[in-house]
This record gives sequence, C-alpha cells and structure tokens, in this order.
Amino acid sequence: MEQPNLRYIKELSGDDIEFEQKFISILKDEFPVEFASYKEHIDGKDNLEAADVVHKLKHKFNILSMEEAYRYAVTFEEQLRDGKTDMDQDFRHTLINIEAFLKTL
Amino acid sequence: MTCIIVDDEATARAIVAKHCSGIPELDVVGEYDNAIDAIKFLNQQDVDVVFLDIHMPGFSGVDFVQTLKNCPKVVLTTSDTEFAIAAYEYEAIVDYMVKPLTADRFEKSVQKIKKALDKEPTAAPNTRSISNTDAVQDLYINIDKRLIKLHFDEILVVKAKGDYIDISTENKDYRVHTTLKKIKDKLPEKIFLQIHRSYVINFTKIIDIEDNSVLIKKMVIPISRSNRPELMRRLNLV
Repeated sequence: MEQPNLRYIKELSGDDIEFEQKFISILKDEFPVEFASYKEHIDGKDNLEAADVVHKLKHKFNILSMEEAYRYAVTFEEQLRDGKTDMDQDFRHTLINIEAFLKTL
Repeated sequence: MTCIIVDDEATARAIVAKHCSGIPELDVVGEYDNAIDAIKFLNQQDVDVVFLDIHMPGFSGVDFVQTLKNCPKVVLTTSDTEFAIAAYEYEAIVDYMVKPLTADRFEKSVQKIKKALDKEPTAAPNTRSISNTDAVQDLYINIDKRLIKLHFDEILVVKAKGDYIDISTENKDYRVHTTLKKIKDKLPEKIFLQIHRSYVINFTKIIDIEDNSVLIKKMVIPISRSNRPELMRRLNLV
C-alpha cells in the first residue's frame, strides 16, 4: 500500500522549520475532522455530502504525496456523486493509514 | 499587491499564504474560510487579487466571481481540472492553479496577475466585461449568511433606517446591514433615483406623483426639494 510522506510539506517549508511544524499541526487538526465527517456521511448514506468530503480529503492525499490515493479519490468522488459506494472500504483503509501516520508526527 | 485567500480548508489557506510570503510584492490582508465573509470584506475594502478555492460548500468560486460587482483579479486554486475552461469565461479570472501548489507554478501565476493588472491599471474590472451596473440585471443581499438574489426589476423602494436599509420588492421586504449610498452605487441609474435623503426608488414603478410625494404600490414616498428637479427631468412629461 502507498505510504504517506512529508516530501511535499518539506519542499513547501524549505528551511522554515517553524512553518513546517505549524503546517503539520494544522493538518493533524483538520484531517480527523474530515475523516469523521466522511464516516458520518457515508454511514448515513449521504453520498453527495460524502463526495464533498472526499473532495477535501483528496487534497490531503496530494499534500502527503500519495498520487495513487489521489487518483483513487478522484474516481471515488465521481462514483459517490452517482450514488455508488463500492470503493468505500479501500478508501477507508487509506484514511486509517494516514491517521496512523499523522500520529507518528 | 494586496490579496486575500479564500478556501474552506485551513491547510490549503496555509499553503497559499506560505507561497505569498515568498513574493515580496504580495501582501495578504485577509484569510477567509467561506465566500460570504470574503465578499463582506471586499464590500468594505478593495484588493488586487483573490486566491479563491472554486469548490466550497454552498457557494462556489464561480458564484463568488459572479456576485461581486467590482471583482478583483482572481486566481482559482482547486483540485478540479475540469473547471478550467469554464473558469476562463470570466474576465476577472486570470489563472487557474491545480493543487498541490508548487513555488514555480505560484510564481508563474504572480506574473500573470501582474500582466493582468498592468493591462488595467485603474480600478479593478468587473466580471464578464461588465462595465457598469446597467449591464447587470441583479444584485445579491446578505441575509443571515445567505446571499439572496434580487432582480433590479423587482425592487421597488430602498429606505435608509439607521445602520440598515429596508428593501421593498414586489413580493417581500428585506432588511440589510449596509448604507443607502452603497446600495445606490450598485443600482442602475437608468431606473433608480434618490428622491429623498432616506429613499431610493425604482422610478419605473411610480404609479403617480402628487405634490411632494410619489406613490409606488401602496407606499407613499416623500420627495425632497433638492431631489425634485432631477425626478421631474427624468419623467416623460406631456
């Protein structure tokens, strides 16, 4: 499975360590909220709302340099807008993976 | 160049702000997590550029551009490449950056902004080549964090009331936190006229004029002595 990493964040931060720490802190605050919101909407069968959250989460995949996960999310977002939730399980695994990664930071 | 950042994601705002900090000419004067707060700010203060997320809940970036009468230059920041072509339909939109933003791409965008601003060194242009309110058919008012569209044709009377204005339309009345002058500037002179310190009227809706008042629907609106000549001049008097 593709692993999240800090490549983009380090490139963005350069030698600005203070920004890097602040940015990671923002990410650690924002991601769990979006993850919880995703679960709530998908479990509640609010597929369009879930699609909106997937849209935000796919940006997090970009930030964590997860190209495959990003492409998966693009397709999943479209699927959700068509009312299809088949890709939910694999998508959740990616989110759980990121959740675990962020806890190590 | 002054700019604001509008994006509902804190991480996205932080990325744009970081890139802005690397460009000495760019001064970030505000960050907003929703379009409505940004529009409120822009109604009070001009900026050169808005870095705007196109995909926000309830109010898209395109809605944003369409809503502002004098829209600053806009750079869209988004994860959706499919909106690119539609976005360039609007004159105010000078660039379209796909996330995640990189320093090189951001610098190119700043060059595009500079070129666009150099072309129009005066006031910020309006959207879709609209140069005055006569070409626009409606305005948006902010009621309880909702932007409600009012067609000019349906507006009858606007009355100043302290820090608020009351807008009477064909079907409903609205109270908005703004000044009479501000709303008057957004209404087309062709059909709207100030006839009293506290009243702007849609003079196509006048039923009759008697002495120092006009009748619009069932409302009797006073005409001040100083505004009366202009009203009389505008009438197609037999």
